[in-house]
Amino acid sequence: MLSLFSKPRIRGGVHAEEHKAITASQTIAYDFPLPEKLYIPLQQHVGKPAEPLIRVGDAVLKGQLLAYSQGLISAPVHAPSSGVILDVNDYPAPHPSALPIRMIVLATDGKDEWVKTPDIGDPFQLSPEDISLRVGAAGIVGLGGATFPTAVKLNMGRENRIDTLIINGAECEPYLSCDDRQMQERSAQIIDGVRLMLHGMETHHAVVAIEDNKPHAFYAMQAAAQAFPEIKVVQIPTRYPMGWDRQLIRYVTGREVPVGCRSSEIGVTIHNVGTAYATHQAIRYGQPLVSRVVTVSGGAVGRPMNVEVPLGTLISELFAFCEVDLAQTARIVMGGPMMGDSLPHTGLPTVKATSGILALTQHELKSTDEQPCIRCASCVSVCPAGLRPLDMANNIKVNQLDAAVDIGLKDCISCGCCSYICPSNIPLVQYFKYASGEVAARQQAQHKSEQTKRLMEARQARLERIAQQQREEEEARIAAKRERERLKAEQEAAA
Amino acid sequence: MYVFYAIVSLTLLGLFLGLLLGIAGKYLKVESSPIVDELEAMLPGSQCGQCGFPGCRPAAEALAEGNAPATICPPGGSTLAEQIAALLGLDLDLSEVKEPELLVARVSEATCTGCTRCFKVCPTDAIVGAPKQIHAVVADACIGCKKCVEVCPTECLQMHPIEVTLRNWRWAKPSAPMTGNALC
Repeated sequence: MLSLFSKPRIRGGVHAEEHKAITASQTIAYDFPLPEKLYIPLQQHVGKPAEPLIRVGDAVLKGQLLAYSQGLISAPVHAPSSGVILDVNDYPAPHPSALPIRMIVLATDGKDEWVKTPDIGDPFQLSPEDISLRVGAAGIVGLGGATFPTAVKLNMGRENRIDTLIINGAECEPYLSCDDRQMQERSAQIIDGVRLMLHGMETHHAVVAIEDNKPHAFYAMQAAAQAFPEIKVVQIPTRYPMGWDRQLIRYVTGREVPVGCRSSEIGVTIHNVGTAYATHQAIRYGQPLVSRVVTVSGGAVGRPMNVEVPLGTLISELFAFCEVDLAQTARIVMGGPMMGDSLPHTGLPTVKATSGILALTQHELKSTDEQPCIRCASCVSVCPAGLRPLDMANNIKVNQLDAAVDIGLKDCISCGCCSYICPSNIPLVQYFKYASGEVAARQQAQHKSEQTKRLMEARQARLERIAQQQREEEEARIAAKRERERLKAEQEAAA
Repeated sequence: MYVFYAIVSLTLLGLFLGLLLGIAGKYLKVESSPIVDELEAMLPGSQCGQCGFPGCRPAAEALAEGNAPATICPPGGSTLAEQIAALLGLDLDLSEVKEPELLVARVSEATCTGCTRCFKVCPTDAIVGAPKQIHAVVADACIGCKKCVEVCPTECLQMHPIEVTLRNWRWAKPSAPMTGNALC
């Protein structure tokens, strides 16, 4: 009865068909053949791109620093294997547009020889600042897909007096199971990573949240965490988008992150399980982030699996290893099917954000014949952000973006629940993605027009100043001439 | 006695003229609507004349009087139209507004003679150079006004569309197969 008066702990969301079983039941494959060439983008994270410090022709070892981080929010990039640098140039990015970005091309020598890593000893003797420095130097970013530099988050954690660290093991996207497998096979390492993160953030309480469709992962993690009372492992309901930070925080702590605030402002920080594992590797063994577990799945995949691949591996090689039937593939998706990006071709590298690569058949895609809105309001009830997607889409259709912003466009997380549930197949989330980009473009245009006005005024002022100077010089010249004439006349008169 | 007359007459004259000036100030005042100033400040101010008015000020006056639609300014695009409509409280249908195509000038190094004509006309100082040196355009400051293209003697300055990179790439609008009555 009392539950009637308490706030609901989950808002909106959908339960999509999971498609996880086929990859979640197999162990992570480590026998991926080392590719001959690796394409390593200089920007695999949120923030400024890294700056290369190697030259074409340099020989590098696995784990050697290739490009250093620039500015406060950035991350370095390391060599995923040993070999020779072939090129530093623009190549197509793993992005829906496949536009070029700067990449380092590494020709591997097959030896996969690690750079010498220093012996660290007991990492809990290190100062918390040292932990975040080392995490930053290892190029670790949020491996759930957001790719925010982890060191920055650890620093924010110390500054903001975080009381709860949530480790996100929800993995709510269908098809993906890389976090599930890692929690089963690497539970001890992940828990060690969580302890190191707690030490780095000076926090004393961590909650590992795992969706209840992953019982094996839950039991493995619970067993690994038993010795550490500061780490609690909990099960959360299976409901997409449970892994969204605000949803997870609301469910686990009961706190609501206010609009426009970061979660750290209410004393909570979230890291992904993969990030915890990478932290463990970096602090215990000094190994930077050079590979990751990727789920390869979908109807067109002959051998769906979770596989550990070096960063920079081309999707085409991954597909060859997993026996993907390209003739059957209707869409290639990087990430999960709900929020992932559709890629135009397979000649693109895997990056730190690549949690999965899906090769979906036509049968698995939603039909796209759009029907008129029947005002069923399904999209309103599934929206985890509490918005009215149908109204926003109607505003955006007639280009009234300001009106859409007024009713919450900026709070949309593009989770895709509205598009998923819409019985009329209206591409709602596509409208919101378009509108968000357009709003950003307009802000830039506004900024530019202000700058233009400043430039015009500066030019006007300069021209006036020059004209004024010329006038004064002219007057001075005329005055001098007159003075000379007067003197001349006086002299003549005197003579 | 004469002094007294002089003081009185001059005082009366002063009061009378002061009153006259006061009345003139009240009744012959030139009205300048503050909304026109506000509208003028919002318009681009490049006096391009694409709206059909001889400049931004006349266009702002027409807008304030209601003789022009909010979508009057082609270079401003729908952003400006929305701002104008919000200021004037107008209803707005933006589905017909075309976004202006963004262009930037670029110097072809092969044919630039360093004549300095272009950077003298550039309204935003976006062109840098010196006599007999090849000039260059600072793309961030270029507003695409094409004034430099008109004065260039060797046609080395050309307008190019802004290059699409990952930084300015945006999702396209979904093509809506719906008819007008979908806006229920």
